[in-house]
Amino acid sequence: MPVQRRGAAVDIVGLHREYVSEQGTVVAIDHVDLKVAPGEFLCIVGPSGCGKSTLLRILAGLDKQSSGSIKVDAAGWAVENAMVFQESGLFPWMDVETNVRFGLDTRGVSRAEADPRVEAALKLVGLSRFRRHYPHQLSGGMRQRSAIARAFVTDPGMLLMDEPFAALDAQNRIILQTELVRLWEQTGKTVIYVTHSIEEALLMGDRTVIMTAQPGRIKKIIDVPFSHPRDLIQLSASPEFGKLKLDIWKVLEEEVTRARAEIEQ
Amino acid sequence: MSGISTKSKERLLYLISPIGLLLLWQLLLMAGLGDRRFIPTPSDIAVRYWQMVTSGELAQHTGITLYRVFTGFFLGSIPGIAVGLLMAMFRPVRIFVDPLIAALFPIPKIALMPLLLLAFGFGDASKIALVAIAVFFPVIINTYSGAASIEKIYWDVARNFGASQQVMFRRIVFFGALPMIFAGLRIALAVSFIVLVAAEFVATKAGIGYLIWNSWELLQVDVMFVGIVTVGILGLIATVALQEIERKVIPWKAE
Repeated sequence: MPVQRRGAAVDIVGLHREYVSEQGTVVAIDHVDLKVAPGEFLCIVGPSGCGKSTLLRILAGLDKQSSGSIKVDAAGWAVENAMVFQESGLFPWMDVETNVRFGLDTRGVSRAEADPRVEAALKLVGLSRFRRHYPHQLSGGMRQRSAIARAFVTDPGMLLMDEPFAALDAQNRIILQTELVRLWEQTGKTVIYVTHSIEEALLMGDRTVIMTAQPGRIKKIIDVPFSHPRDLIQLSASPEFGKLKLDIWKVLEEEVTRARAEIEQ
Repeated sequence: MSGISTKSKERLLYLISPIGLLLLWQLLLMAGLGDRRFIPTPSDIAVRYWQMVTSGELAQHTGITLYRVFTGFFLGSIPGIAVGLLMAMFRPVRIFVDPLIAALFPIPKIALMPLLLLAFGFGDASKIALVAIAVFFPVIINTYSGAASIEKIYWDVARNFGASQQVMFRRIVFFGALPMIFAGLRIALAVSFIVLVAAEFVATKAGIGYLIWNSWELLQVDVMFVGIVTVGILGLIATVALQEIERKVIPWKAE
């Protein structure tokens, strides 16, 4: 069954972000143009300091561009976006259920309406039994599941994910990647997923944007040829996957080398 | 090792120093070193303590002291918490309050007692006001530094989820600062006993501080010691109670 794509559409034109300090001006994002289709799973890959997180933070409303525009069409969605952070960002003083409910509380959703939605979100990520646990009592994987539930429960037009699985071990990472892809296939929301792992980008995404090191520019956009629904484990073992990974690594390698040379200067 | 665990050994060691000291004190006086009229033995103090407990005299002074300590403690710590949180949330508040703290915090609070007597008279109000002022500073400083050191990611999450200022205040800043607020309250609790007992030395006819000072003037040294020991015991109980409250209120703090 093909994925019903119905998330928000994003149109980024000439996006530019620079930081001015006493040491001089640093360009984090250099006039980036990017269109994201409704319900697309877009991955952004690049070396550290390529501005991929900055781009995400601007989309999330946590940072402001120096110039350029972002148009988001999230008509018909409760909220425009919800972000999942690298270290989960679960509030340590709230239990899992209260954390998941947070985005509904802030938007004044009534208890009666919120309860079933929280229930469904907890079930979606398999954490119903852990609703009374505090984040410090959970494993890293369970924390990220809670963070995903917290984002999903608000019914956002798009999910912004900033290396959400980077801190997990390899087994947990593939499990959560599989679950995320399954959730996406079910909901068809737009996902913008930032990672430094090509493998992760190719496994999950429809397209992979490769960014250059400072200043952050789009070096290449790759259409990932694998269809959905995907079996991530099988896909990762296939020769087509290996070849694509190698091609992209060659593109990225130049960037990593250049970034390193600049740091060492 | 003969079956005694390290833990009970440590506990024994922990008790040896105070008990040994009391024993030494007792024995030296019983051996005729020192004048028991001026330096009572621990057993003299214990006897006097029991007499004052049964007569109800100690309870009366204790009650008054506790009333003053806790009223002052609440009146000082609640605004301390509120202003400390506002300082962390709003830069102008911090800029406005900072110099006041810097100037007023180092003043020995007991030096304000004459001023407070002038303002509030000789009743309980002046002592309560003194405790409140003394408590305010450690609480506001700890609350502010607790709220200011909340990790940036929690502010980001709250903003991304559309939290209003009010929600930020009630659900993020307050709880994020709570462990440090309790650290401030613990200091404040000790401070409130310190300043109150000193304040009760003058201009009152009741309270543990009065008991200590009055018995000194009458040269009832054993009664004086009863007062001192009582302050120690009250401080200990209050601190333990506060720790219990902290454990209940902060269930997310890793054990």
